[in-house]
Amino acid sequence: MDGIIFAVVLVTAIGIICAVMLAVASKLMAVKEDERFPVIRECLPGANCGACGYPGCDGYAHALIEEEGIKTNLCVPGADAVSRKLSEVLGVAFEDVIEQVAVIKCKGDCKVTSAKMDYQGIESCKAAKLLFGGTGKCTFGCMGFGDCATVCPNDAICIENGIAHVNTRLCIGCGMCASVCPNKLISIMPDVEKMLVTCSNTEKGVITRKACSHGCIACKKCEKECPVGAITVTNNLSQIDYDKCTNCGHCAEVCPTKCIMKGDFSGIHRMDQE
Amino acid sequence: MENLIHLDAKGLVMLLMSAVFVNNYVLQKFLGICPFLGVSKKLDQATGMSIAVIFVMMLATAVTWPIQHYLLDPHGFGYLQTIVFILVIAALVQLVEIILKKYIPSLHSALGVYLPLITTNCAVLGVTILNISSQYDFVSSLINSLGSGLGFFLAMVLFSGVRARMDGGDTPEAFKGLPITLVAASIVSVSFFGFAGVIERLFS
Repeated sequence: MDGIIFAVVLVTAIGIICAVMLAVASKLMAVKEDERFPVIRECLPGANCGACGYPGCDGYAHALIEEEGIKTNLCVPGADAVSRKLSEVLGVAFEDVIEQVAVIKCKGDCKVTSAKMDYQGIESCKAAKLLFGGTGKCTFGCMGFGDCATVCPNDAICIENGIAHVNTRLCIGCGMCASVCPNKLISIMPDVEKMLVTCSNTEKGVITRKACSHGCIACKKCEKECPVGAITVTNNLSQIDYDKCTNCGHCAEVCPTKCIMKGDFSGIHRMDQE
Repeated sequence: MENLIHLDAKGLVMLLMSAVFVNNYVLQKFLGICPFLGVSKKLDQATGMSIAVIFVMMLATAVTWPIQHYLLDPHGFGYLQTIVFILVIAALVQLVEIILKKYIPSLHSALGVYLPLITTNCAVLGVTILNISSQYDFVSSLINSLGSGLGFFLAMVLFSGVRARMDGGDTPEAFKGLPITLVAASIVSVSFFGFAGVIERLFS
């Protein structure tokens, strides 16, 4: 009986000694943080999304303090408000943030395409993708298990009719959904662009057609009809050059499968401004 | 205390060499596999991690050996070895991190996240416990830890080279990612069996 008591006392004593040692050390050798750090950190939204290109809001705040010339407009979710605050604190010129929204380049819902298997595995796109390239007939399309919806910090993505939809009014443009989609279907685009190719299938037209009635069959009609030559069909998929596009909407009219659409890109920040 | 193994200079060199090649912790004892697979993607990361491991292994041995022989064994608490060692190593690594952050910030940022990661590295716990169970004296224990750390370093650097090659290679779809990494790790491990017996012969 004595043995166990001594053992407990010994381990406790060692634990306490270690704890005291660490506590004293951390007090004595505390490294002073830059006093601007908490102020700058307070300005940032704290979503830790990584849209700025730094590991979390802390990382961006450190970079802003330590490195010269880091732009204050890198926080897309925070938009102009955060950029303005950061500019004030750091005493640099305010720069406008290009607000962005996530768009999903697939409209292959359960009405236009179907599943090729009765998938009963883990309910995640990443897991389903490992099995014969995904559950759908189209291996490029949205599988609708909602990996993107799970990571979305603002609940802007919902799954309807078997595919993901972005509610751009709620989208803060952080890009976390784009990084988890195994099919790379989600693009982060400036919230002013209007025309969108809602297909990512790079197979030949015949194969695409068999898999999904909404897909881009690379007929090149949009390429020929576009009045400003903004559309090119490369790799069996129509692509819009937004530098040239005038948002006339002619491509959407001529597209036989209606996979080019006029998108509503007005994000949360634009709504605030209006 | 009386049964400890004392080694002469030649014996120590032999111990060091066999700890690096023959009794390699990663490739022969299969301890510390997590960092071996996780941090071996890039050479600079692998090097940073390995240097941190060498440092912590030496330090942990220097602290745990006296604890075992002067505190636990004389009072019949030998069975508390594992839990006490875990406690002491964890506290030690934290302390080292605080000290480095204050006095050698450059080294702290170079070791980066690897230092706290090593707190729970089983190779570190393994080397301290095996030093005790092999009945090495203090100097031999330190040499054995140094050798084990260097062995870890060798395995990490070799394997990061192997992985760099694999990235460029045309891996079949089914083997991409973790499967081919595990297969490669096993082949590297098998190749290290070739060292068995070599060191003993060299010095006899």
